[in-house]
Order: sequence, then structure tokens, then C-alpha cells
Amino acid sequence: MTDTPAPRHIPDRLDKPLSSAIFSWEALLVVIAVLIFAVNSFASPYFLDPWSLSDLTFNFTEKGLIALAMALLIISGEIDLSVAAIVALASTMMGMAVQAGAGTPVLVVIGIAVGLGCGAFNGLLVTRLGLPSIVVTIGTMSLFRGIAFIILGDQAYKGYPASFAFFGQGYVWWVFSFELALFLLAALIYWFVLHRTSFGRKVFAVGNNPVACQFSGVRVGRIKFILFCLTGLMSGIAAVLITSRLGSTRPSIAQGYELEAITMVVLGGVSILGGAGSILGVVLAAFIMGLVTFGLGLLNVPGIVMSIFIGLLLIIVIALPIVWRRLREGRFA
Amino acid sequence: MKNFLKYREIWLLAGIVLLIGLISTRFPSFADPANLRQVFNDTSILMILALGQMVVILTRSIDLSMASNLCFTGMVVAMLNAAHPAIPIPALIVIALLVGLALGAINGFLVWRLNIPSIVVTLGTLTIYRGATFVVSGGAWVNADQMSPDFINFQRAAFLGLPALSWIALLVIALFFLVMTRTALGRSIHAVGVNPTASVYAGIDVGRTKFIVFCISGMIGGLAGYLWISRYVIASVEVANGYELNIIAACVIGGISIAGGIGSVGGAVLGALFLGIISNALPVINISPFWQMAISGSAIILAVVLNARGERRQGRIILRKAEAA
Repeated sequence: MTDTPAPRHIPDRLDKPLSSAIFSWEALLVVIAVLIFAVNSFASPYFLDPWSLSDLTFNFTEKGLIALAMALLIISGEIDLSVAAIVALASTMMGMAVQAGAGTPVLVVIGIAVGLGCGAFNGLLVTRLGLPSIVVTIGTMSLFRGIAFIILGDQAYKGYPASFAFFGQGYVWWVFSFELALFLLAALIYWFVLHRTSFGRKVFAVGNNPVACQFSGVRVGRIKFILFCLTGLMSGIAAVLITSRLGSTRPSIAQGYELEAITMVVLGGVSILGGAGSILGVVLAAFIMGLVTFGLGLLNVPGIVMSIFIGLLLIIVIALPIVWRRLREGRFA
Repeated sequence: MKNFLKYREIWLLAGIVLLIGLISTRFPSFADPANLRQVFNDTSILMILALGQMVVILTRSIDLSMASNLCFTGMVVAMLNAAHPAIPIPALIVIALLVGLALGAINGFLVWRLNIPSIVVTLGTLTIYRGATFVVSGGAWVNADQMSPDFINFQRAAFLGLPALSWIALLVIALFFLVMTRTALGRSIHAVGVNPTASVYAGIDVGRTKFIVFCISGMIGGLAGYLWISRYVIASVEVANGYELNIIAACVIGGISIAGGIGSVGGAVLGALFLGIISNALPVINISPFWQMAISGSAIILAVVLNARGERRQGRIILRKAEAA
């Protein structure tokens, strides 16, 4: 983001030989996922139970939904650090609506609308005023969560209607949770948008060279604005899910989600400098993070120590191809 | 006079004076020298941290791991002090600087040698360093009664009417001012941020400069670790959680461009002071501290909007619309 961009080209499926597919980033992620899965199943006898595997998905679906939209935003060369604060604000607004006696449909609409509104606010600031998104969203992060703190103080909103619990706790078929189904559906939609539409093509192009895009007639500002709205929208959806799953709203809800969502995106092979990445990678990275946290949880490893593994995983996976190339060229520092 | 007004620091200073004036209308004794000294002392740690972050941001990088570094180093020195109260405080400060330096060097090495973007590296080490704090401490806290009186009282000792903490902050400010304005290193840090390619041609080792700034921010994180723990007299895994963004916010309010190359020591100090005054004033004028985040968030956005106007690239404009994109 703030580093010097290296020259890149827009990836083209047609000029890739088969070998590059086998040694691709996604393949590396699949290998890592299988390894962690194997280690987990040996480490704990409870891991392979269908219900515990189903519980596993709750570790990443909410963050994963945000990561899908974040991936597009980062590919376009921007970033949104305010997503967790948007979740907090949307959840707070839903809590206020519950106090006023709102029913489940109204709650969902409010959650999604607040998310979309916050995303649009970020988008306006970045595109209309031409400000760097990393600072704008640090500001709106404090602003959105600050509003949640002003409204809630040290209180918590409870008393969500029983039917509202379905979104975070319901199952659509046997052990498949509504959250997982929604995540997979959203992943499919985002995959299609990014890899099969001209809009997706433009997202890559904007990330590679916004000035050239502007000259080619691509409306750079509008595309970035739409992406900020999408990230806000997904945060609103995540707010509905997490509020429903927890059954309560606190101003500290979803703390640290922004960094976990960005970790998923970067681990998924999206270049933080923009211009490169795939949805499949992000989905795999989300699964890997779910596997790691769940497996370590079964081994009674505290959450804060899990974060060491996530951090190491991030750095090692990013460094691996670089170290590998240097070793092959025989010029490692 | 016109040139004088071009400096962002002057505007920031005017803003701070205005802020103090506004607060004084509600609570007159806020502007007392004694209280302002107190506010300066309360903000000292943030000022020190903002300076460390400033040199990193100047080179177009970012250090998200500073608060975790602070937490880890603070825990290490607090545990050392609890286990061996005989170790003198200056030795502990040196240890804090070295531990911080080591953590910063890890960041710097990954950025320099492996060319991983700094935001990714420090996002990773942010969680690693905080997790490492848990591993070192086993999740236990170090409480005030386990710390030696020297450990706690060192930075409170008054000298010429100011506590040692304020003096340390002033010393760090002076050091950074000297390095940034009077040394080749300061010049290279600016140059790398303004134009990395030109810097290479000018004979500046861009990678090494980035390594050095991460070492500096690491040492600053370590120093702040000791100061923070001895000030708030509790060391836990939760110390300064999320504080990395306050540090960056202070830099942004101080007019340091996240795109690199623009910023000054005075700006970073005043930016931190601005945030410090807000957090000190809210309880005094009977506004709930819950407002603090929203107010500092608005201040950041306002500061960015104002900064952006001065930062527009002064280059050849072929198509105005493209420049705006």
C-alpha cells in the first residue's frame, strides 16, 4: 500500500501453462490446509466428528464474508480498516431497534442498511476528496465505533426476538449452518463478479494502473466507490450474523476483525499493493484460519497463542515463494 | 508572514491553543500551567511513540506492531524487575531498548531482505509479539506490589519541576529533531519517502534505510514499554491493545503523509499533544469518555481532509480529471 509498487501485469488465464496451475498459490494453500487438517485429526479424537467440523466453520464465516469484499477492495489498491467498527455500529443500531420493538425483518434491513451507509461514507471520502483510504478508514474506524460507545456506554443490548437467532445459530441442512451456506453462496457470487465479468476485469486494471484506467475511460472513482459500498454491505451482513449468534450487542463486538479479514485476504494471495489475487485463494485462506484456530482450540491452546500461529503462517506463506526463488537463483541474502 | 503561515505546524499549534481556550471556557483551571504540565506528562508516551512511527511512515512504510512490541518489552522488564529487584533501572531501560530493537530488527529484516510489504510484515508481527507476551508471562499479570519502588518511581522523580517522564520525552524529541534535520540519515529517510527510485540513483540504500527506521521504531516501542508499565503499574497481555492505531492517528493529525516523504518532528509531537488534550479534557468538562473515540475519529478525518489539500502532487498536469483519480 504505502510501499513502492513493483511492475505487474494483469494475469491472463490463456497464457498460463498447466504447470503454473499446479504450482500456484492456491495449490500451496490446499497443501497447507490438508496438512493442518491431518495434524488436527491426529491431535484430537474429537476433530473428525461432523458436528465439531460444523462448529469449525463459525470460526471464519463472519470474517470470511467481510474478507470476500475486502479482497476486491485491496485488489483495486485500497483498504478498509473500519469494517469491524461498521459491524459494531450496525449491531448497535439493531440493538436500538430491538428496544423499540422491531421484528426480525426490520432488524436485518437495519443491519444491512447501516453497513451499506457506512461503506458509502468511506467511499465518498476516499473517491470524492481523493484521500488515502488507509487513513480515512482509521478515522472512520474510531468514528463508527465511537458512536457505538456513545450510544451504548458500558451497557449491552439484549432481548433479540427468537426468530432472529436463525441467522447465526440455524442450520439449513443437517450440520450445514446458515452461516456456512451464506458464505459459500457469497464466495460463488464474488468469484463470478471478480473473474467472469468486465467489472471484475476493471477492478484488476484499477489496481494495476489507475491513471491508465482513467485515460482508457474506466470510471476509477465509481468502481472504488462501489467496492467500498460492497465492503460496508458485507460488514452489515456480518453484523446481522454475529449479533444473532451472540444474542447481544456490546460496543466491543467484533474487535480486531479488520486485521483478521485483511490477514485472510493477504494469506489468500491477494497483493497488498493491488492488482493481483483470486477469490479461491481467499476462501482457502479463510478455511485455513478456521482450521488453525479450531485445531488449536481442541488442544486447549489459548486464543492469544493461536494468534502467534496465524501471524507466523501469514509471514511464512508470504516469504516462502520469495525465499524459494532466491535459493534457486543461489543469491539468498 | 505568508511563508510562516504555510507551515502545517503553525496551524496545528493554533488549533491546540484554540482547543485549550475552548476547554477553559467550561473549566477555567484547565489552562493553568500546572495542569498543562500534567497534560504534557500524560501525553509523553504517545509523543515518543508517534516520533518512532513518523520515521517509518516517512519512508512509505508502516509499523503496526509498535503497541505489541511495547506490550512484550514492558512485560519482559516487569518480570525481570519482579524476579531480580536488584537490577538498576538504567540497566532495565537499556534492556528495554535492546529487546525493542531486536523486535524492530525482525520487522526491518523481513521488509529489507525479503521485500515483503511492511503492512503485511507488521500485521503478522502485531499478533506474534502479543502472543509471545502471553507465552513469556504464562498469561499471568505483574502487579504493582511485585515491582520494586525504584521501577515505579524512576519516571515520577521530579527534576526542575518536571517529572522524569516529561524529560525523557523532551530528550527524545530533541534527538529526533537533530537526526531528522542535521544528519545524513534524516535526509535519506526523507529522500526515500519522496522518491525511492531517485534515492537509489543518489546512492541511498533504500532497503537499508527502511531497516534502520524499523530498528528505530522498535527501540522506541521498547522504551515506551518500560515507561508505560512503570506508569500504569500493571503488566498484562492486554496492555496497549489496539494502541497502534492511536499512534498512527497522532502522526496523521500531525500532518505526516501516509504516502511518505512529508512530515516533521514538530508535527508528530503536536499531533500527539492534540489527541492527549482531547482525552485529558473530556472528563474535566463533564463529557463522558465514551465520546473520546468518536471525537478523535472526527479529528483524524478532518486532519486528513486538510492535509490532502497541501499534498497534491506538484507535477505536470496532462488531464485534470486523471490527477484527481
